[in-house]
Amino acid sequence: MEQETITRVASIKEPSEVAAIREQCKAALERRKICFRVCAGTACIAGGSLEVYEELKKQIQQRGINVDVELLFEGGETEAGASTSGCHGFCQMGPLVRVEPQGTFYNKVKVENVPDIIAATLEEQGVVEDLLFENKDGSRATIEKEVPFYAGQKRIVLGGCGTINPEDIRNYFAVDGYKALAKCLTEMTPEDVVEEVKKSGLRGRGGGGFPTGRKWESALKAVGRPKYIICNADEGDPGAFMDRSLIEGNPQLVIEGMIISAYGVGAKYGVVYVRAEYPLAVTRLFKAIDQAREYGLLGENIMGTGFDFDIEVFQGAGAFVCGESSALRASIEGLPGEPTAKYDHATDKGLWEKPTVLNNVESFANIPIIINHGADCYASMGTEKSKGTKVFSLVGNIVNTGLIEVEMGTTLRKIIFEIGGGIPDDKPFKAVQTGGPSGGCLPADKLDMPVDFDQLTEAGSMMGSGGMIVMDEGACVVNVAKYFIEFCNDESCGKCISCRDGSAALLNILERICEGEGREEDLETMEDLCHAIDDASMCGLGTSLPNPVLSTLHYFRDEYLAHIKDKNCPAKVCKPLFTYEVITDNCKMCGLCFRNCPSDAVIWKKKEVAEIIQDKCVKCGICKEVCKFDAVE
Amino acid sequence: MVTFTLNGTELEVKEGTTLLEVARDQGIEIPTLCYHEEMSTYGACRLCLVEVVRRDWPSIQPACLYPAREGIEVNTDTERVRKSRKILLELYLARSPESQVIIDLAKEYGIRDTRFKLKESERSECILCGLCVRACAEISKRHAISFAHRGSKRMIQTPFEELADTCVGCQACAFVCPTGVIKIDEAD
Repeated sequence: MEQETITRVASIKEPSEVAAIREQCKAALERRKICFRVCAGTACIAGGSLEVYEELKKQIQQRGINVDVELLFEGGETEAGASTSGCHGFCQMGPLVRVEPQGTFYNKVKVENVPDIIAATLEEQGVVEDLLFENKDGSRATIEKEVPFYAGQKRIVLGGCGTINPEDIRNYFAVDGYKALAKCLTEMTPEDVVEEVKKSGLRGRGGGGFPTGRKWESALKAVGRPKYIICNADEGDPGAFMDRSLIEGNPQLVIEGMIISAYGVGAKYGVVYVRAEYPLAVTRLFKAIDQAREYGLLGENIMGTGFDFDIEVFQGAGAFVCGESSALRASIEGLPGEPTAKYDHATDKGLWEKPTVLNNVESFANIPIIINHGADCYASMGTEKSKGTKVFSLVGNIVNTGLIEVEMGTTLRKIIFEIGGGIPDDKPFKAVQTGGPSGGCLPADKLDMPVDFDQLTEAGSMMGSGGMIVMDEGACVVNVAKYFIEFCNDESCGKCISCRDGSAALLNILERICEGEGREEDLETMEDLCHAIDDASMCGLGTSLPNPVLSTLHYFRDEYLAHIKDKNCPAKVCKPLFTYEVITDNCKMCGLCFRNCPSDAVIWKKKEVAEIIQDKCVKCGICKEVCKFDAVE
Repeated sequence: MVTFTLNGTELEVKEGTTLLEVARDQGIEIPTLCYHEEMSTYGACRLCLVEVVRRDWPSIQPACLYPAREGIEVNTDTERVRKSRKILLELYLARSPESQVIIDLAKEYGIRDTRFKLKESERSECILCGLCVRACAEISKRHAISFAHRGSKRMIQTPFEELADTCVGCQACAFVCPTGVIKIDEAD
């Protein structure tokens, strides 16, 4: 990543200066007539986006154009510049490059495409047709909004992700950054701030869905001192990367949310608890905090108003359970990451037994938006009891893997089939797991359900932090449940017997079923055990770990019965429960299966029908995959 | 002082008293494996579960940790409590099938066999109640043993699995162990 030193405009001495800095930064950025915005989210970097960025810079410089952003604050106009940004969201099609201000959206860009992009943009005032998004009918979309993946979204929290350089605070100033904080410090009392958040109807985005404003109100009224603000960035669900992308893409938004929260409840200290396994997020967070301090937005006497608040970063060592609030606090205090019983509210006795507001990354990111646009405007989005938007990470058997944001109440169908582009190869949809390992598996007849906190809970799943794993017919729900229980067993802290040995016992039954040794009474045994685990466990990890089993037992009982009674895995996943056979009538005797079999399990001679020797077959499915005549089943 | 109902009887107790303390005071039997009145509470064995109705909201709570609160209604022996407790005892039997303490306690609840199976590596006569850890830290103040690892791999260990040089051989750990799994070698 480019190491830029920030040219210090000046430490902000009073809130009214924010507007002047905004104009200055806007004007500075606009001096680049054209900007090539390269996505530097984790997925695009893995795809080689930084090489694309370096090549863009190099080639623009070779044309004698000054791309150095720093000079823009002092020099005159320049023809073109290149800049990185956080995640654009459309990870499936990365590396992504957007040309601004036209908005031309290029996907799957490689280093060798750079000369074409530069020539088309700077010489021909045109576009590189081949790099534009291709619709199913073969037509091309020129800008993001024309791509179905973006058209169905409402990117408010993610608005800055992918459009600003997350490593330079001036980019954030240019998009109304710290305007909300300035407004709070000049026009609003702490009580007004809390009231506004209450009125917005914002509910905690970490999964619990507790009303944020009510939490803040309790903390505001709490008598203990000092008070703490904790941002929970210990995202650990398999397939979830919402918080990670937000911090990587727009860390200042989260920091501003935390400062406003601190002002609202009267806190002096803040902690971001972030996974050490998110190195890019950690780096950008440190940079963002340093820059905020330089501008007098963190530390003592913020914006000259006498309000003090500073943030420290605490890196979690990777235990999933530390995302649970009491375990997280224990971890910060230097104790083992184990949940403890919570009979006092954290807003009275939290970190170090002091009043603490613990909110998730996305919750904090919503705050500046609420303050800038007003609670009423915010509350006009969403459903009756779930306001605003929600960020989801779409993964699994889905065409458009990526990070999306939709209005609360959007149906699963719209999310999966319109924005997500449906299932690859038009295979039938089977289920979607929402809410991470402790969420539930929802079947096709729930596709028209509007997604909000209460609807998901009612359907036996949960919002969680927003991971969505889509499965096609090739997924075996018993195997999926087994996977999630294995995850929870591994991540259980091991304190409560119900969670530790309960999940192990559950896993044992599920393994048996997948091995073809299931018994009919297993289903009832599992249900009994699940209810006891829920009732007897101390923390949320334990009480919700049965969800994947209970929801699949509820919606896909037949599939469990097929495994147990018919000794058949309909999805052909559980190896002891299916075989591959050659359908004699379809076989054209081409020998492809014979040549591709890795375990010499296919007998074939020219002009003879192939045969699979079951003893040797490892059930890898390659024969079925390569057969052009559907002769292997 | 707080007033609440325990198995239908209205009681007034000092704020901060746990439900287990009140129940034992009243002669109400609640099974425990990780509780010792001389040490801090931990809440790992989950056997002391009771049903608490607070603001019309019923929930299952561990009596050893849950404080008596104004207006709550507590029942120590409901259908839901018994069911959960029985399943926990089945889990204990799966974990420590040889332990006489567990066998006897399960028998009291009519459990003679378990439907659950744990792997060899997940079975142990140590039920991870943590009494030994607390005795060593709070009574003997030696901190010679602690929990190590997580999930099914959790165990009681000395620091870095080496002979703990803070251990003075006081045997408090063995004394409080409910299943008698801690053996003392007099020779050392």
